[in-house]
Amino acid sequence: MLGFRFDSLQLPAHAEETRKRVRAFLDKERKAGTFVPHRCSWNTFDPEFSKRAGAAGFLGMTWPKKYGGHELKMLDRFVMTEEMLAAGAPCGAHWIADRQTGNQILRHGSERARELILPKIARGECYTGIGMSEPNSGSDLAAVKTRAVKVDGGWKINGSKIWTSNAHRAHYIIALVRTEAATEKRHEGMTQFIIDLKSPGVTVRPIRNMSGEEEFNEVFFQDYFVADDMMVGGLGEGWNMVTGELVFERSGPDRFLSDYRLLTELIDRVGKNPGERQAVEIGRLVSHLSALRRMSTSIAGMMERGENPLVQAALVKDIGTSFEREIPEIARKLVAVEASLDDPDDRFAETLSATMLYAPAFTLRGGTREILRGMIARGLGLR
Amino acid sequence: MANEQESMSAILLEQTDRLLGEQVTKEIISKAEEGQWPEALWKAVEESGLTLAMVPEDAGGVGVEAADALRLVRRSAFHAVPLPMAETLLAQSLWVSAGGEAVEGAMTLAPCNPVDRIGIAADGNGFRLSGTARRVPWGGKAGHVLVLATDAKGASHLALVPQGKAKVSARRNLAFEARDTLVFDGVTVPASAVRAAPEAVAGEGMLILGAQVRTQQMIGAMERCLDFAIAYANERVQFGRPIGKFQAVQHMLAVAAGHFAAATAAADAAIEAHGSRDAELAVAVAKSRAGEAAGEVAAISHQVFAAMGFTQEHPLHFSTRRLWSWRDEFGADAFWQERIGRLVCANGGDSLWPLLTGT
Ligand SMILES: Cc1cc2nc3c(=O)[nH]c(=O)nc-3n(C[C@H](O)[C@H](O)[C@H](O)COP(=O)(O)OP(=O)(O)OC[C@H]3O[C@@H](n4cnc5c(N)ncnc54)[C@H](O)[C@@H]3O)c2cc1C
Repeated sequence: MLGFRFDSLQLPAHAEETRKRVRAFLDKERKAGTFVPHRCSWNTFDPEFSKRAGAAGFLGMTWPKKYGGHELKMLDRFVMTEEMLAAGAPCGAHWIADRQTGNQILRHGSERARELILPKIARGECYTGIGMSEPNSGSDLAAVKTRAVKVDGGWKINGSKIWTSNAHRAHYIIALVRTEAATEKRHEGMTQFIIDLKSPGVTVRPIRNMSGEEEFNEVFFQDYFVADDMMVGGLGEGWNMVTGELVFERSGPDRFLSDYRLLTELIDRVGKNPGERQAVEIGRLVSHLSALRRMSTSIAGMMERGENPLVQAALVKDIGTSFEREIPEIARKLVAVEASLDDPDDRFAETLSATMLYAPAFTLRGGTREILRGMIARGLGLR
Repeated sequence: MANEQESMSAILLEQTDRLLGEQVTKEIISKAEEGQWPEALWKAVEESGLTLAMVPEDAGGVGVEAADALRLVRRSAFHAVPLPMAETLLAQSLWVSAGGEAVEGAMTLAPCNPVDRIGIAADGNGFRLSGTARRVPWGGKAGHVLVLATDAKGASHLALVPQGKAKVSARRNLAFEARDTLVFDGVTVPASAVRAAPEAVAGEGMLILGAQVRTQQMIGAMERCLDFAIAYANERVQFGRPIGKFQAVQHMLAVAAGHFAAATAAADAAIEAHGSRDAELAVAVAKSRAGEAAGEVAAISHQVFAAMGFTQEHPLHFSTRRLWSWRDEFGADAFWQERIGRLVCANGGDSLWPLLTGT
C-alpha cells in the first residue's frame, strides 16, 4: 500500500451553486469585454478585475464575515478558483493574497493584522507576495540569512529577498527571516513577519524576466522596523508556518490550469474534424486533465476536513506542472504555426508564444520538480 | 442499510485479499502460465462466492454493488490471479440480469472488440450462431462462453454456449493468459440458452465493460509493482546504502507514484460512473490514463529491480506482463484517446470545461 491516498469526493450542492454564481459573473465580464481570455490567468495583474471579483464576493470566501469574508467552505473557494482559471480571467493581482497570505494572517496573525489587512484583500484592493527565496536560499529555504533583531516594540530587519513576485505592485509580503543566528538545528530560529512594502526601509527593484516583463523582484531591507503584532505565528515558528502553507500553495487548480487556455485554443485551431494524431494527443491531454482535477478536488476535500495532505499536494504539483509544460510542446507538434510575438490577431500563435516563454517557470515556482519528487519519495517510505 | 452494505463489502474485500494472498502462489501462477488450469484455486474462489459477487442474493449470489465488485477485481489483479475471475463475475451477473440462472464453473464473454460480430438466427426450436470472435479471454478454457450476438434486424441477444461447441485456436497474451480465437461455425443452442441482451452490453456495451474491468485490473497490478519496487529499493544495498537513498532512484519512483495516483483517480471516477450515462467518457479517460501509467510503472519497476526483475524467479514479471497486455485489450490507450479527442474537438474549446465539470 502506498503511504498516502486520494479520497473520492463528490462536490456538494453548495459548491455547484457557487459554480453557477461564478459563471454568471464571468459571463457578464466577458460580455462587457473586460478581459482577453487567452492569457495565463493567474499571471495577469489587473486590479480593476480583482476589485470586481471582490465586490461579487469571490475573495476571502472562507473567512469570517467580520474580516470581510463570506463564511463559505473550502470547496466553494476551490470551485471559484477553477472556474476563474478555466475562463482565463485575470486573477494575478489578488491571487497570492486570496490563496495564501490571507489564510496565514487569519490563522496565525494578530488581531490588528487581521482587521487591517483581511477586509482589504476581500474587497480586492490589497495584493501580497511571498518573501521566501533569497540569493543563496532557493530550494534550500532553511538557508535564509535576512535577519531580524529585537528592538523596542518590534524588530529591525536587514537583508534581502529575491524572485518576489509582484512586490513592485503589491502592498505586503510575508517574509521568512532569522530571529536567531543559524545553528546546527537549521529549521529553528526563523520567524515570519508581514512587511509593508510602502514603508521606509524597504526598497523594491524589479527583475525583468526572460520575456521582458516585470513580474518578480528583489526586495531589500535596511533597518526596516516591523511592529511585534505584524509577526505571523509565534517566535521561531517560521519553518512550521512555511511548510504549513505549502499545501495551499501546491495542490490547487493553479498547478495544472496555468495554460489551460492554450489547450482550448489548440482544440479550436485543430477544428471539428481532427486528424488521427491530433485527436489522440488532445484526448490524452484531456485524460490527464480529468485525473488531475479529481486529485486536486480530493485534496480540497481533505483540507476541508482539517487534514494536511502535504505529500499529495507535492504529487499534484509535480504531475500538474509537468502537464502544463507538455501543452505548448504538444500544441506546436499538432499545428504548423510558428510561435509569433507580432500576430495579435492570431490567438493561437499569440497564446502559444506567451505560454512558451513562461513554461520554464511552471516547474520552478513554488518548489522545483526535483524538490517535490524528494518529498513524494519520502511519502512513499523510501528511507 | 448503507452502513451494512459498506461493511459487508469491506469484509468481502478483506476476505478476498486474504484468500488470494494465501493461495495465489508463484507456483500456481507459473503452472497456469504453462497451461495447467488451477482447479483447487478455482474451487476456493468459487466457494468464497467471489464469482457470484454481483448476482443478487435471491438468485443465489452475494449481491454486492457493481462498484464493490469492480474493487474486488482490482484486488484480484493485485494478486495476479491466473483465472477468468473478472470475466466470470461479469458474465454471471449479465446472464442473471438477462433472466438466466447462475451457472456452475468458469465463464467468459465474447466478442471483445468492436470489429468481431457474431450473428444469430432462429433454427428449428433453437438458434444458430455464426461468426468469429478473436482474443477471447480464456475462450478455450472457460466452461461457458456468454456470446453477444446480433440478429438480422440488429437486435442484441445473449447466448450461453458451453465449451466445446465453438472451434478454438489457442492464443495467448504476454502474460500467457489465454486469448483464444473462437469460430462459431453454425453452432446451435437451445432457445432456453438465449435471452435478449441487457441494455448494458448492447451496442458497444461489451467494449466499455471490458475496458472498465481491464482498467481496474491495471490499477491492482500497478500497485503490486510499486509495492515490490519500494520494498526492494529499501532493501537492496549498493555502494554501502540502500538504493532507495539514491536520488535518481527516488525520483523514478516518485514519477511512477504520480502515474499510479493519477490512474487511480481516473479509475475511481470510472467506478463511480459505472452504469450511468457518463460511463463511456469516464471509462475512456480511465483506460487511457491507466494504459499510459501502466507502461511507465512497469518500465520504472524493472529499472529499479535491474537484473533480478528480469528473471523468471522474481514475481515482478507476473504483474508487468499483465500490464503490458491489459493496456492493449478492449481498446489501447490510443484508441480511447482518439475517441476523447474527437468528442472534444467536435464540440470546440469552450465546451471542454463543462464536459470536465459535468455541468
Ligand atoms: C516565475 C517565478 C516566480 C517566483 N516567485 C517567487 C515568490 O514570489 N517568492 C519567493 O519566495 N520565491 C519565488 N520564486 C523562487 C522559487 O521558489 C525558486 O526559484 C525555487 O525555490 C528554486 O530556487 P532557485 O531558483 O534558487 O534554484 P536552486 O535551488 O538553486 O536550484 C537549481 C536547480 O538545482 C536543483 N536542486 C536544488 N536542490 C536540490 C536537491 N536537494 N536535490 C535535487 N535537485 C536540487 C533544483 O531543482 C534546480 O533544478 C519564483 C520563481 C520563479 C521562476
